[in-house]
Amino acid sequence: MLSRPLLRFVRDDRRINFMRGRHMGLIVSAVLSIASVILFFQPGLKLGLDFRGGIIVEAQTPGAADFGKLRSALEKAGIHPDAVQAFGSPRDVRISINAPDGADREAQTQKLVDGVKTAISAAEPGTQVLRADAVGASVSSELFRDGLLALGFSLAMILAYIWIRFEREFAISAVVTLILDLTKTVGFLAITRFEFDLVMVAALLTILGYSTNDKVVVYDRIRENLRKYRTMPLRELLDLSINETLNRTLGTSMTVFLAALPLALFGGSTLTGFATVMLFGIVVGTSSSIFIAAPLLLLMGEKRLRKSGSAPDAE
Amino acid sequence: MMYYSRLRLLGVAGVCLIGLLLCLPNFMRAPTPSLPWRQIHLGLDLRGGSYLLLQLDLKSLEHDRLQSLQDQARQTLLDKSLGYRDFQKDDQTASLSFEPRSDEERAAALKTMQDLPVVVPDEFHVAENNGRIVLTLQHDAMLARARDAVAQSIEIVRRRIDATGAIDPSIAREGDDRIVVELPGVSDPERIKTLLGTTARLTFRLLAPNPSVASPGSAMLEDISTHSQVAVQDHVDVDGTDLTNAGAVIDQQSGGWAVTFQLNSAGATAFANTTRANVGKRFAIVLDDKVIEAPNIINPITAGSGQITGGFDAHSASDLALLLRAGALPAPLAVIEQRTIGPSLGAASIHAGIISLGAGFLLVVVFMVLFYGRFGLYADIALFANLILMVAILSLFQATLTLPGMAGMLLTLGMAVDANILINERIREEVKRGRGPLQALQAGFERATSTIVDSNATAFLAHVMLFVFGTGPVRNFALTITIGIVTTLFTTLLLSRFLVVRWYALARPKELPV
Repeated sequence: MLSRPLLRFVRDDRRINFMRGRHMGLIVSAVLSIASVILFFQPGLKLGLDFRGGIIVEAQTPGAADFGKLRSALEKAGIHPDAVQAFGSPRDVRISINAPDGADREAQTQKLVDGVKTAISAAEPGTQVLRADAVGASVSSELFRDGLLALGFSLAMILAYIWIRFEREFAISAVVTLILDLTKTVGFLAITRFEFDLVMVAALLTILGYSTNDKVVVYDRIRENLRKYRTMPLRELLDLSINETLNRTLGTSMTVFLAALPLALFGGSTLTGFATVMLFGIVVGTSSSIFIAAPLLLLMGEKRLRKSGSAPDAE
Repeated sequence: MMYYSRLRLLGVAGVCLIGLLLCLPNFMRAPTPSLPWRQIHLGLDLRGGSYLLLQLDLKSLEHDRLQSLQDQARQTLLDKSLGYRDFQKDDQTASLSFEPRSDEERAAALKTMQDLPVVVPDEFHVAENNGRIVLTLQHDAMLARARDAVAQSIEIVRRRIDATGAIDPSIAREGDDRIVVELPGVSDPERIKTLLGTTARLTFRLLAPNPSVASPGSAMLEDISTHSQVAVQDHVDVDGTDLTNAGAVIDQQSGGWAVTFQLNSAGATAFANTTRANVGKRFAIVLDDKVIEAPNIINPITAGSGQITGGFDAHSASDLALLLRAGALPAPLAVIEQRTIGPSLGAASIHAGIISLGAGFLLVVVFMVLFYGRFGLYADIALFANLILMVAILSLFQATLTLPGMAGMLLTLGMAVDANILINERIREEVKRGRGPLQALQAGFERATSTIVDSNATAFLAHVMLFVFGTGPVRNFALTITIGIVTTLFTTLLLSRFLVVRWYALARPKELPV
């Protein structure tokens, strides 16, 4: 009977000197984050229908889709699509149109979707509509605002929780690390051109929550060791704490990664982007727990933390 | 920590058993009397169907109220023999204003306006400005009216949708002035959109003395039967609210489709009086500011029933009858968001979700056994219980599950074993420090608990925020993760720990398999 573990990430007695690479880690992270911020402005994120407004119709034609024919059928009906593109199989077509301008735009948006459906079924009889979405301009701007609010409030709650549970240095380094993680993920979004929509906001938040969780575990250990080894220099202590929690950090990252992997592979058009961004976030979050969060703590709290650890040991 | 009382044991086993029972209905087709019949609802993205977000036209509501307030104010001034000059209605500022005939009557007119009956409290504000008396509708009162109108509209929307035969529709208010309509299985919502987009306010009014020119007290409306403009009086003789029934029939004379209607006694009396006094004149049947037909009154109509023949086909006649039976909306509704998922995409999404869930679960299970041996296996048993409990809670609340919700479940499973990993790593460390098996287990459980609570608390807070501020699919994702965090705490802190303790009590090992 299988009783003992067969595999392990790192031998228990291995002590990796992570702090030696701290400057390198911080510099690489800062460069990637700055690059991401630049990417955020140029070329910017590709907004999904939720946030952009407009219409998307996805349809499956009986045979291989004839894009030229569909496009001209739409033009004939007075509809000027912004994109007629393939997705999935050669029979699948996605037609997207940006939200029209003008006073009557809400009603126009809703009318367009019916127009598109009628035009393509007339051009290709037997066409099946897979999805037809129309989001008015007022709704999309509200969704965008609500999405950002959710993101902002979650970040604030996480900050408040860490602030209450840990000393100030921990809270600040955690939030700085989280912001670095978040910017990189946004940069990843800008490069991969995955659409930024409500589901993506959920992905960002989950990454934040997961990354925080990872930092909390390492910080918990650092705090415990601060009490346990009263004379150990902070640098050594941080290294020890990271090494002690390394198998756990890698183990949990692995399980979340394994859980998200099938979603990225088989999740279909809705979830592939979501899951891929999650996978990226897990890798970034894990490495930042090791290479960013702890070094920041060293940078900020060399003296203060050692002093604050001088309370009588409870153990 | 190492001792489980019988009560606690029964508690843990009981919860798991109840969870299993609650899950079962989801896998059955027909209700069984011995089981509580509560199933998870599949979201529209999995089932296929349409989602419509409707917005009530506040401006039109305001406009209508301003019109009726003007009639009311003029009538009251007239009744009290108070004179006025230059009565103005301003839709932009939502206000009415007039100049009293003389300074002596100003105070009385002001008082009269302040005493006008209101529909909701503080509905309008009365002030004096440069000798004019100004009545301004208040925004808050209009919002209160909008809420009433939405409640009323939901009723009418439900009647209209029920009449189309849509199965299991869900109609709910959102915010002050919106209605969410979910139509499972409806992959072509055009007919319903048209039905909901029609206010269906039916009025019977006389034509102006000269039907080709608009005069005071009348307005030019489009006659859709002749495609021309006719002047119709503003005064409404009979209103659709007096209708008791309507139906689509084939007209005996022309052989085309027509809509018959039946009025209640008040409507019948008014209709009889009007037609009796106006024999030989034309009256218009007006639906939402469009004239359907404008026939001559040949004989007084006293029976309280009539027939509308406006060039209908079978479809439009039965739709109009449906709308008249369901009643008019208090204000126009506009579709501002529409999402339709075809049945084949829904089925593909269920397939994708289940495959991902199965594959992800399997990968995590194998990983745990390879990396944590026997304790990993216990973690896997707890993980399975976790999945069952999540499904059980969702069934208990008859919650909706969407594709992002399934993703949330999967991520929960990935995160759930984190607690087991923390405990195992801790036990291992304690063993390396030279503690005996019992002490190592004890210390491992104890020390890991605060870390587990800490890390789950942050995730919990983040997802509660997402649930509160999120919309649509995101809410469902946040909901499953939030439920998942609760079940995770139960399965890891109680169940998997119990399995380890049980094994230890039976096997009494000299060494721990960590």
